[in-house]
Amino acid sequence: MTDWVEKQRNILDFTLSSLRRRKGRHLGMLAVYAAIVFLLASVMLFSHAIKREAAIVLADAPEIVVQRMVAGRHDLIPGAYADRLTGIRGVAAVTPRLWGYYYDAALAANYTILVPTDQAVPAGSVVIGGGVARARGAGVGDTLSFRGYGGEQFFFTVAEVLPHASELVAADLFLIAETEYRAMLGIDDGAYTDIAVSVRNPREVVTVANKIIAALPDTRVILREEILRTYDALFDWREGLMLVLLTGAVLAFAIFAGDKASGLSAEERREIGLLKAVGWETTDVIAMKVWEGAAVSLAAFLAGYLLAYLHVFHFSGALFEPVLKGWAVLYPEFRPAAFVDVFQVLTLFFFTVFPYTVATIVPIWRAAIIDPDAIMRS
Amino acid sequence: MIVLDGVRKAFNQGKPNEFWAIRGIDLEIELGRVTVLQGPSGSGKTTLLTLIGCLARPTAGRVRLGGRDISGLPERFLTEIRRNSFGFVFQQFHLIKGVSVLDNVVLPGLPTGRRRRELTDRAHALLSRLTLADKAASNAEWLSGGEAQRVAIARALINEPEVVIADEPTANLDSSLTEAFLAIVAALKAEGRTVLMTSHDPLIYRAEMVDRVLSMRDGRLVSQAP
Repeated sequence: MTDWVEKQRNILDFTLSSLRRRKGRHLGMLAVYAAIVFLLASVMLFSHAIKREAAIVLADAPEIVVQRMVAGRHDLIPGAYADRLTGIRGVAAVTPRLWGYYYDAALAANYTILVPTDQAVPAGSVVIGGGVARARGAGVGDTLSFRGYGGEQFFFTVAEVLPHASELVAADLFLIAETEYRAMLGIDDGAYTDIAVSVRNPREVVTVANKIIAALPDTRVILREEILRTYDALFDWREGLMLVLLTGAVLAFAIFAGDKASGLSAEERREIGLLKAVGWETTDVIAMKVWEGAAVSLAAFLAGYLLAYLHVFHFSGALFEPVLKGWAVLYPEFRPAAFVDVFQVLTLFFFTVFPYTVATIVPIWRAAIIDPDAIMRS
Repeated sequence: MIVLDGVRKAFNQGKPNEFWAIRGIDLEIELGRVTVLQGPSGSGKTTLLTLIGCLARPTAGRVRLGGRDISGLPERFLTEIRRNSFGFVFQQFHLIKGVSVLDNVVLPGLPTGRRRRELTDRAHALLSRLTLADKAASNAEWLSGGEAQRVAIARALINEPEVVIADEPTANLDSSLTEAFLAIVAALKAEGRTVLMTSHDPLIYRAEMVDRVLSMRDGRLVSQAP
């Protein structure tokens, strides 16, 4: 056993010292390999981070949202429904909400207009998200004007720009007072967009939801868990789509690696013949080539993963933002919290190192079975 | 004793370009002596060396080393015998470019499982003996012809083989370097090693320390002296 370990150490030492000899060839392979790992790791890290971010943000969302339906479409809900919801056993709090969308023709962008329930915005003031601030070039103290539903102009002074940390969900937010919301969008008093319901016992959310549907048959309930599942499915789908597209790149890389491994130069073949002649077994030559592949794989994997980590967590995944975040005019600008999942690393390692190994093993074996007397005849 | 019994070797057997390089050789080579194979190109000298050195198997006949028939052994066992019993000095020396002289010398010892330190100590000792101590860290391609040959000899001796096989070792060397090579061969003989060489060079096959010269032609032994 000790002899075997020493032998592998000796072969590894020699492999590493020989790797330096064909720098151009190995660096070329390393660069392509690292680029593949970088692409795959970026997609995986980004979509994982965005799902995690969404879950953190939604942790504060209400457990149930009740919306009124008319002819299969979401309609305004009367405030009186809130009183009926309060009476349902298990309901802890009921909060009618006012929100909607505003299309800004000048920027061709949609804002989400919201009357905050946890803070009062003074009349004539507005609190805006980072995306709106950037699109409008507005800061605290600036005045923004908007057209109401009847054509009249409304003027708001920016009281606050929402903090960067909340940007993933708040980039397009536009928070105003209730009176101005109703006046600008033409919503009658006593009508609300929907009603948020919190439940005393989280395990009874489904039961309470069923009671709501029974009590208010013209409504639909949206559970927080469903939203989370939807987000997961959406980002899983986008990640899957990207990974399927990148499969082509992985295959192309495997063909490239196989081609490189099988295209041994005359000098390399002579070297392998020499090693065989001076007492290396076929398995020793294979071991040398496997160590060589392992060194290239490991270096490429580490470099690619490190670059992907920097790309996603320090440069906000700039390359894949449009695909993975979805389409928008007001893209949120956010830096996801750094997070590395061991299982994800292992999966990525398998999907990059395995194709490389499979693609190179046959050419390696063919090179290793060169007859030992070939060197005497060269 | 190395014994060859009715040894024949064909290349591309059964194909239109079949060629018999060795056509029936019976030979006994005593250990501890210097033997030279001479003959024109294509006479089968190098092929005979590959058969004796376990680099290839005969198509027919037997090769025995120390009484053991090694001609039919599987590759793994042949490799082990080759590694432990034979050291090779090739005609072009075949040092690996881009790696140091030291790394070239330890090459045959790497798969033996010996400790790296032990191998490098032995390599340094051999390089000192061959007056190459200051070249250990140099790259192989920076050496002169004589230096490259001595490195190849050091490499052949790293596993302390019983038999040193040299194929046209002085083909690329001038007379003074050939004399220096013969001095090394004399030292190897004095240590009790068997040296088996092929050569066209009269300086080699007429040298004083050569015990036996075998002449070959068309894959057969045609004469031997003394």
